[in-house]
Amino acid sequence: MATDRLRTLLEQAFPDAGELEVQDRTGTGDHFQVTVASPRFAGLALIDQHRLVNDALAGPLADGTIHELRIRTKGTQ
Amino acid sequence: MTDLSSNIQQVIEGEDVALFMKGTPQMVMCGNSLRALEALRRAGAPVTAVDVLPDPAIRQELSAQSGWPTIPQVFVGGELIGGADIVEELEASGDLERTLEEKLGPDYRDEREEKTLAVTSFAAP
Repeated sequence: MATDRLRTLLEQAFPDAGELEVQDRTGTGDHFQVTVASPRFAGLALIDQHRLVNDALAGPLADGTIHELRIRTKGTQ
Repeated sequence: MTDLSSNIQQVIEGEDVALFMKGTPQMVMCGNSLRALEALRRAGAPVTAVDVLPDPAIRQELSAQSGWPTIPQVFVGGELIGGADIVEELEASGDLERTLEEKLGPDYRDEREEKTLAVTSFAAP
């Protein structure tokens, strides 16, 4: 369930994402690996790319849904 | 400003490399904190570790100051570099050592000395 929520939030934040993946790393609905490839990341420093992802997931980060988050971003043309 | 927030600010601004982590370098309590610590060690960074676990307020105050929601958080020369994923990616591209050299000088490895600081008066050393 949490996986779907995260995916929806990321899809809303990155409607132009060429790749968007949310993986429940432990099967417990609280440790996630997200991968997003988007033209919005192009030219941004890594930390600013990750900030955009953190911002998109601010809700589940703040309410404790996400216990651990791993982020992989890719800037695309 | 509370004592806690000014203590955190002092660590960020005063330490060459500040790592806010779960646990201590001697007893790491989280996989991501370990990933960040090990990448910094491989780069020869003089790490000052702060355990956020003794008091939930540390993490709240830290994230309020940095605008970064998760732990670990790595600061070099007072500036947030990122969490475990970013530190590992920077290491892989060679940018971690470049950043350390830029911010701390080319001889940053010479002062390599790992230490642990507490930001609350009642925290374990």
